[in-house]
Amino acid sequence: MSDSRLLQSAPAPLLTLMDLVVDIPGRGDGAPLNLDIRAGQCWGILGPNGAGKSTLLHTLAGLRPPRRGTIRLQGQPLGQLPRRRIARLLGMVFQDHQDGFPATVLETALIGRHPYLRPWEMESAEDHQAALKALRQVDLAGMETRLIATLSGGERQRLAIATALTQDPRIFLLDEPTNHLDLHHQVAVLDIVRRAVAQGRSAVLTLHDINLAARYCDHLLLMYPGGEACWGTTREMLVPNALERLYGQALVTGEVEGVPVFFPRTR
Amino acid sequence: MSRPALVLPILLGAACLSLGIAVALGSVPLTPTETLAVLAGGGEPLHRTLILELRLPRALAAFATGGLLAVAGALMQVLLRNPLADPYVLGLSGGAAVGALLSMLAGLGMAMVSGAAFAGALLSTLIVFGLAHGTGSWTPTRLLLTGVVVAAGWGAFISFLLAISPTTELPGMLYWLMGDLSHAHSPWPAWIVLVVVVLVAMPLGRSLNVLARGPLQAAALGVAVRPLEWTLYGVAALVTATAVTMAGSVGFVGLIVPHMLRLVLGNDQRLILPASALAGGILLTLADTLARTLIAPQQLPVGVITAMLGVPVFLYLLYRSR
Repeated sequence: MSDSRLLQSAPAPLLTLMDLVVDIPGRGDGAPLNLDIRAGQCWGILGPNGAGKSTLLHTLAGLRPPRRGTIRLQGQPLGQLPRRRIARLLGMVFQDHQDGFPATVLETALIGRHPYLRPWEMESAEDHQAALKALRQVDLAGMETRLIATLSGGERQRLAIATALTQDPRIFLLDEPTNHLDLHHQVAVLDIVRRAVAQGRSAVLTLHDINLAARYCDHLLLMYPGGEACWGTTREMLVPNALERLYGQALVTGEVEGVPVFFPRTR
Repeated sequence: MSRPALVLPILLGAACLSLGIAVALGSVPLTPTETLAVLAGGGEPLHRTLILELRLPRALAAFATGGLLAVAGALMQVLLRNPLADPYVLGLSGGAAVGALLSMLAGLGMAMVSGAAFAGALLSTLIVFGLAHGTGSWTPTRLLLTGVVVAAGWGAFISFLLAISPTTELPGMLYWLMGDLSHAHSPWPAWIVLVVVVLVAMPLGRSLNVLARGPLQAAALGVAVRPLEWTLYGVAALVTATAVTMAGSVGFVGLIVPHMLRLVLGNDQRLILPASALAGGILLTLADTLARTLIAPQQLPVGVITAMLGVPVFLYLLYRSR
């Protein structure tokens, strides 16, 4: 989808960041972020370790207050919305998974229905169907009764994504969704995200792989270690100099199938 | 799927059976027919007194106390996301014991002893949860560690009180420390608390399931984490205080009952909470019956029985979980 068409349809932004400064303890203010995330957009966040990518995602999910500025979700200030309402609109996949107690794969996917169910309500047949469908999408069909403690890192990661798919939010916030995944499943998971975005959802994901970001994201936000940030369409942002400065790493640039590729320069 | 549907009716049946056993056994053993006759409203006068005035109130008190302790354990384990949390380990029982012993030393009446035990349990909760809160992060490990240390502190204080107490007071105090149901008068307050807490906690069950996945994941799935955690702290303190007031510090029920149920049923709190209430009740009713009859006419503190069962089970579970 080209930018001109996006502008013509001009859907109201799902998520608006206004002068947003995230709160990273012990760190000075970063550059304020001002951007709109609209339906049908996939935003990639790139930056070195410790640049505040995860903190930004947690802030966007309303899990920690920003230091300054506001976030609006469908036009309403995020801090004033009840958690349940937010959870129907925003789905978050975390980088770490805390599994305190034994639980099965299906139970873990099913908790994605929590924001839709009333206190006394049990999960319905449709909820089960939604969870099973999500598990099929991430290639975990047939593992419904396995205990999560027995899963490999990549399987656990795909299960977290299945939980988010079961949650069926308007915006997916994905912290390193390709973590622990083999090549095939990296592409498979990002294909799922792309399909969801094509159906009018939006996604914000942190990635370490510039080349996957170049292929799957239409917008990029670069977060520099010093706190500066810049953002725009992927085409605008994929400038070798900027990326080299971002990671403090010399890059070799090429092109494959009309898309730029970047590799670290090694000796 | 059918397993959860079956569990509660089975436990309910076992609960009735355990109460039946508790009223039938004792220094004057009764046959099932004699027991049933009394419960149906007839029977010999001696049997009526024995059952309706002595054994039944005590069995009901044991059942409610066991249920409360198991529910408190189940709630605290979810709250701390640690299977080793329970009122005894976290020092709530110790605080209650200190309150009770102090009022016994001061020569106060039974009602005051109960009130002091309640105050002690609440104080202990405030200390443990208040200190563990610290600079704002609720780390379960820190909470557990705080509880264990506070429990050790109460233990030392209890030893101090025992050391300075007149010898005549000691037997009553020691019984109280190990948990003893022979002082329990009316079982009804404990029953009311048990039923209300289970009814309040059941609709929260799914939220608790999500909370067991960690506070961030729970918040991301729409749980208002802070209010839910405060509710749980309050409920756990109330439940523990009620149980300790009934029977002194009975250990291990809150630890082993939810844990064993989880091994069999999985970790759906909507099932674990009512099942804990029933299974904890059954366990303590049977343990108290043993305590009354094992070396009759002498009575053992019921805490001795639960600890004798609890210690090996606890160690086995720890060993398995490596």
